[in-house]
Amino acid sequence: MSTFLQSRWSVLAGFAAGAVLLLVAAPAALSVFNLALLGKFICFAIVAVGIGLAWGRGGMLTLGQGVFFGLGAYIMAMHLKLADAALFGGSGVPDFMSLYGSGEVPGWWEPFRSPVVTLIAVVLVPGLVALVLGLAVFKRRVKGAYFAILSQALAAAFAVFLIGQQATTGGSNGLSGFRSFFGFDLKDPSNKLMLYSIAAVVLLLALAAARQLMRSRFGELLVAVRDQEERVRFLGYDPATIKTVTYVIAAVMAGIAGALFVPIVGIVSPADVGVIPSIAFLIGVAIGGRATLLGPVLGALSVAIAQTSLASTFPSFWVYFQGLLFVLVIGFMPGGLASLPRLISQLKQRRTGQRSTAPAPAATPDSATAPTTIPEGASR
Amino acid sequence: MELLIGQMFAGLSLGSVLLLAALGLSLTFGQMGVINMAHGEFMMAGAYTAFVVQRTISDAGASLLVSIPVGFLVGGLLGLVLEAVLLRRMYHRPLDTLLVTFGVALILQQAARDIFGAPSVDVRAPAWLQGNIELLGAPIPLTRLFILLLSLVCLAGLALILKATPLGRRIRAVVLNRDLAETSGISTRRTDQLTFFIGSGLAGVAGVAVTLIGSTSPYLGTNYIVDAFLVVVAGGVGQIKGAVIAAFALGVLQSVFEFSTTASIGKVLILVLIVVFLQLRPQGIFSLKTRSLA
Repeated sequence: MSTFLQSRWSVLAGFAAGAVLLLVAAPAALSVFNLALLGKFICFAIVAVGIGLAWGRGGMLTLGQGVFFGLGAYIMAMHLKLADAALFGGSGVPDFMSLYGSGEVPGWWEPFRSPVVTLIAVVLVPGLVALVLGLAVFKRRVKGAYFAILSQALAAAFAVFLIGQQATTGGSNGLSGFRSFFGFDLKDPSNKLMLYSIAAVVLLLALAAARQLMRSRFGELLVAVRDQEERVRFLGYDPATIKTVTYVIAAVMAGIAGALFVPIVGIVSPADVGVIPSIAFLIGVAIGGRATLLGPVLGALSVAIAQTSLASTFPSFWVYFQGLLFVLVIGFMPGGLASLPRLISQLKQRRTGQRSTAPAPAATPDSATAPTTIPEGASR
Repeated sequence: MELLIGQMFAGLSLGSVLLLAALGLSLTFGQMGVINMAHGEFMMAGAYTAFVVQRTISDAGASLLVSIPVGFLVGGLLGLVLEAVLLRRMYHRPLDTLLVTFGVALILQQAARDIFGAPSVDVRAPAWLQGNIELLGAPIPLTRLFILLLSLVCLAGLALILKATPLGRRIRAVVLNRDLAETSGISTRRTDQLTFFIGSGLAGVAGVAVTLIGSTSPYLGTNYIVDAFLVVVAGGVGQIKGAVIAAFALGVLQSVFEFSTTASIGKVLILVLIVVFLQLRPQGIFSLKTRSLA
């Protein structure tokens, strides 16, 4: 079985099946409304791929992915606002600015009038922020809990900053009411299908990139840094560089996801980028299996679907459920659902009383889903 | 001059609130490596304790004095349960405790919302804490002075326990070398439990204290948790004196920044400052000398 799974053809076949499912089957089966909903979930799944790399593979518990998601989203939203104002408003000033502010477009908005600058900035700005922060933090060997808390503080500060700048960022209302997307009418169902398809293709590309990365020498090093950072350093590699590169990749994925989120959902506000949404990104990744390739995506999709169907009907129940998910999955099944087969076989072994010293056969992972073990080193 | 003193005191007062919130964290995170995101919710539980006590004892002064020990017990017991049910299994993966306790925090918030309702409630300050005293012409609110004193009392109490009691000796021994402590006949299990009880109890006291300066809502804890963690990180993990300096420094800096810019820019500046500070001293103001490579 594993030889078949490992072969290049089966990977390609799986990839093609995913593509058909997302790009042909889903648009045919779902209504326009549900397709947009799926598009939103796909944006979260793209963030999850990045978190899977940084957290699952690299052991960096990043609680600030909302910041990069938000940077991408706000850059895109600013461009859409300016483009709408130029197309429909005549004056070229977004509506909320004349409402709350001086009625003039601030200087740091101006670059985002250009669609080219916007598309570059969506990738570059989150990447650069992550690069600076990553270098500052990892080069000084700040890690583990320190890094987690700093990234969380970053998310908190970002949300506070956005709320405080009502006149230029829309404050806690955020930015919404977009009418066009690079000249395409956002109300037109065929354009909605196009947006969804872009998101689906980006997700597939992100997955392909993550898989290549995981299988490369770099991916091996990343796992080694997670499990034994000092040994990697003694071998002559610089763990800080490896971590920073991974962190930047995760940030860029989150930024692109944010930029896609804005036209698909039609609003971005500080409630999408603060501390709570940043942590909420993690639970899907943990459920699916943080160190696997597909686990984070499937986990993020299922949590988003569950949230949409449960939160509107039983809001109180959903919060309890979400809390319980964190407690149960992270506390008792840290490998996520991907580790379920191994846990079951361990249970069986324990019941039959066979205490073999060798690992169970089911535990030998094929290389695409390799190490599902969980890092322990943060305290040392 | 009045303005300067007023600003300084506002900073000290903010610092004392941060210190109250961070003292317990410094104990549980610093000494035990557990990242307890539910610490803020233990504060919230303390605050609601003050609310409930005041409904039973209507005299505001008496209820405040009763609330402080009761709040300590409520916070401590919550912590004890959390430790016994969940964290005990997770000491070997400290990063995961962060996410597990975040789940606990979500559950506690929702529970508070279901029990007390989403709108915030108010606890009356006793008559002898209403009003101001004049310090060189600057008005100093008595409630804030009380919180400053309370934080200093808690600090002194904690320092006394750690330095001068058998329990404190055991806690310090377990922090320095868990295995050696265990082989020397110290029950690390019991020590862990008591450490967590005290740390979480301090959160309860902090919760009672903040009812004096603001209203109590199910989300009270989320306002303090991030800042409290920053205090512990900047101060140096496991270092009470570091937490004291960091809390007051952050408090004063934040009120200065907020005074000279805006509240939101002030927050961002503080964060930048902490990242820069960790460049200079990655282990915080004070660091424990250990032989670990990290």
